Amino acid sequence: MAKDDVKQAYKLVGTRVLRPDGLDKVTGRARYGADFAMPGMLYGAVARSPHAHARIVSIDASKALALDGVKAVVTRADLPEGLTGEDWNLQENAMAGEVALYDGHAVAAVAATSALLAKDAARLIEVDYEVLPHVTDVDEAMKPDAPVIRPGAADHTVPDGMPPNVVKYFEFGRGDVEAGFAQADLVRERTYRTEATHQGYIEPQACVGQLGSDGKGEMWVTTQGQWYVRKMCADLLGLGVAQLRVTPSEIGGGFGGKTTVFMEPLSLALSRKAGGRPVKLVMDRAEVLRATGPTASASMDVKIGMKADGTMTAARAEFRMQGGAFPGSPVNEALECAFAPYKLAAVEHIGYDVLANRPKAAAYRAPGAPMGAFAAESLIDEMARELGLDPIELRLLNVVEEGDRSSYGPKFKRIGLREVLEATKVHPNFSVPLGPNQGRGVATGFWFNYNGDTSVSMAIAEDGTAQVAVGTPDIGGGRASIGLMVAETLGVPYEAVRINVVETGALGINEPTHGSRATFATGKAAVLATEQATREMCRRAAADWGIDPDAVEWVEGAAQPAGPNAGKFPPMSIAEIAGNMSNTGGPIAGHWEGVPRGVGASFGTHVADVEVDPETGRVTVLRYLVVQDAGRAIQPDYVEGQYQGGAVQGIGWALNEGYVYGADGRLQNAGFLDYRIPVASDLPMIDTVIVEVPNPGHPFGVRGVGETGITPPLPAIANAVAAATGVRLADLPMNPPRVLAAIRSRMDD
Amino acid sequence: MTTIRVTTEVNGDRVEFLADPRETLLDVLRDKLGLTGSKEGCGTGDCGACSVLLDGRLVSSCLVLGVEAEGRKVETIEGMAPGEELHPLQRKFLEHAALQCGFCTPGFLVASKALLERNPDPTEEEVRYWLAGNLCRCTGYDKIVRAVLDAAAEMRGAG
Amino acid sequence: MIEVNLWSGLRHVTGGATVVEVEGATVGAVLDALVAAHPGLAPFIEAGVSVAVDGEIITGDRFAEVPDGAEVFLMQRLKGG
Repeated sequence: MAKDDVKQAYKLVGTRVLRPDGLDKVTGRARYGADFAMPGMLYGAVARSPHAHARIVSIDASKALALDGVKAVVTRADLPEGLTGEDWNLQENAMAGEVALYDGHAVAAVAATSALLAKDAARLIEVDYEVLPHVTDVDEAMKPDAPVIRPGAADHTVPDGMPPNVVKYFEFGRGDVEAGFAQADLVRERTYRTEATHQGYIEPQACVGQLGSDGKGEMWVTTQGQWYVRKMCADLLGLGVAQLRVTPSEIGGGFGGKTTVFMEPLSLALSRKAGGRPVKLVMDRAEVLRATGPTASASMDVKIGMKADGTMTAARAEFRMQGGAFPGSPVNEALECAFAPYKLAAVEHIGYDVLANRPKAAAYRAPGAPMGAFAAESLIDEMARELGLDPIELRLLNVVEEGDRSSYGPKFKRIGLREVLEATKVHPNFSVPLGPNQGRGVATGFWFNYNGDTSVSMAIAEDGTAQVAVGTPDIGGGRASIGLMVAETLGVPYEAVRINVVETGALGINEPTHGSRATFATGKAAVLATEQATREMCRRAAADWGIDPDAVEWVEGAAQPAGPNAGKFPPMSIAEIAGNMSNTGGPIAGHWEGVPRGVGASFGTHVADVEVDPETGRVTVLRYLVVQDAGRAIQPDYVEGQYQGGAVQGIGWALNEGYVYGADGRLQNAGFLDYRIPVASDLPMIDTVIVEVPNPGHPFGVRGVGETGITPPLPAIANAVAAATGVRLADLPMNPPRVLAAIRSRMDD
Repeated sequence: MTTIRVTTEVNGDRVEFLADPRETLLDVLRDKLGLTGSKEGCGTGDCGACSVLLDGRLVSSCLVLGVEAEGRKVETIEGMAPGEELHPLQRKFLEHAALQCGFCTPGFLVASKALLERNPDPTEEEVRYWLAGNLCRCTGYDKIVRAVLDAAAEMRGAG
Repeated sequence: MIEVNLWSGLRHVTGGATVVEVEGATVGAVLDALVAAHPGLAPFIEAGVSVAVDGEIITGDRFAEVPDGAEVFLMQRLKGG
């Protein structure tokens, strides 16, 4: 069978096995970032700017250093100069240079013999600031008289004459949109805004870093990607990349926010200055919210033309996003995903990446896509209501399928959006009658999915069990899904395979667990590595039998002659071959390195039922349905878990979450009390339907499921609120004061 | 810096430690006693990842000072399954895949145990409100609530 | 010949063209040929691009094959969470 054919019947793939790391995680034994301790370890703390924008005139650490037990203080002067591009951005974000660029920007760090002492010492570091004018809102930052955050930061994409805080400019599309609008029976144009939200992982950033004067170092860290941490820390400190060994801990959530570095390089800088003693740095929640990756805030114009039957004739999006005081907001991804579910002959996208005095945005689950979907799907819903069209039928009328040209350019390969919409239409939730003040909202979302650099190594143990070294930290059941795929390929019980997430010294480079890639890319690499080992086992059996290796095949955990002409030999089991390997040529292993081809995109449709309290403006989610194409669900529990978790993060973004900046540019809600993520009592059960349209590019049909689930909730909830109240909120979050004001403004009309 | 000698009982064992009066019970459990199963997600009592039982009462150990443990009884996640057998809640969390990253899981288990000790037959709504002080960012709570309800049913059947 | 579809913002550096015909059997050869035809594209390509070949988005593989007559789109490099 060709390796890209997708098999249909499996023994293990698709079963709901227990996760192999589960026991450690229900007993408190699993070791996360802050759970490591080393002999001789010091504790670090970071001093941070209280100003949104301020020139650092001087830093005086003499009082801190005078404390008994304080071993080192570092500032930007302790980091190498001359970095460029994203390396410079990362270094500048890790520790401010001449100017503090946002409230919470690190300005100095200290290491001491206890955590309390380190915090005391950080408070004694005296920084003289010259406060500068600041701007935190994206539209304000684009005004010609806005404070200029970094003169000359615009790159080659920005045409002359743009406002100085615009640092990247995007423009893509096709067809004649004006002609498309002219053909439409209904054209609408609206502006939408979303506030920045935080990934909100419950585990704060934490690491222990150790660096000697010989330039060799080690780090234990909570991260989505140990090789990214290694490369970034090495570049920021001027080290040889391979001289740093980075071991990932268990990870307490990341959602994109742990694909980069913040204080991790500082632990190494402190360690080097403190004679090579390990330094532990653990952020508190306020530091996480003030200084680690939130997503961008957005201001978005959308214009769509439709025929009376709902056929879309043209669409245009112009999005502005600030991703903090650094380039890199996901405005391009937001544009590419906004209209991806729809067949369009004419479409235009324009995007501005804008600087503002906020923390450097990090990736957050399908970066940009939720905002783009909010704008596009809100307007599509408004127009469907105006034309009296069913939201699913309208989407089926314009649905993209294999061979259709995507809104962002290339043609789609095999995709499952039609199957998703059909499954939504027949789900019982879709026909539950609604009461007064209740409304139903439908929205669709999209994510590309991704492959990326991948290295996997596997080996057969003496008893025929198998170990697999993978480089993508297990963030939500990855060991289980990879274990199932390897065991299925090897023909052994799931329990006979151990998946080890390994340190950087053990494999070639791997990109992080991001882009919904781990089950696709690491999984595919693990299958290919396993097939290398089974080929070798077939070769050993063939040698024993004295027949041609090509005449031996691997079936259900054993080598056996491939057909009657190969000879008559009883199957030789993996245990037999493994037990004898030291006498037949030594170790049996397999490995695969590369960028696995064959990524399959994923679409989802969500249906939200809400009730809006007309007295308070509070929105209660009554029912919630997620329908999404997984390609193949390797372990359905964890696929459902991704759907449910993505939906609830989106519900939080829609209803409650958002960064609140005061007029002074300081973050006013830097804690879980005021930055309120959804809690159990806010929610109903989250119903799920796993649609399986296999991806032909993966041996088991996997597409990747982590990200698409957060793309429809923002508009699904907004559309439901509009249905319940008759008023449409175009700004997120739709918290009770905003909803109440909208209801009252309707009553005033 | 003055430290205070504290004697307390943790998971049935008598322990002694020296605490800085500013250190929380969570700091002491994690840094002095090596019990890192209780997690710090916020340090302000908002996330529940550090939930422990103090004389049988559910508390956020980040809001209790270490010195306040003097003469008290502390139960943490590490004491939930003292032998080879898991507590039914731990087993049901595994069976229902009620964890993704697992960081909030110890807090949810301790809080759920406190719930079922006081109310062996909670409704879904009662489970959701009792656990409203425990934040989970991965699961959307669906599978957690199901696991708690299933564990409660099994424990009632066994009792 | 390969027809490469550029994003429309690039027409400022290609004299207005958003489709450029080049020779090249691999992604790398196509990118090099694009820069040779329009040197203004160099900073955009050096900053990192993804190349969609017959619908498959390829990132980070200059040796990936581009069949003759393939439909090729230049895209900004993707990132994921």
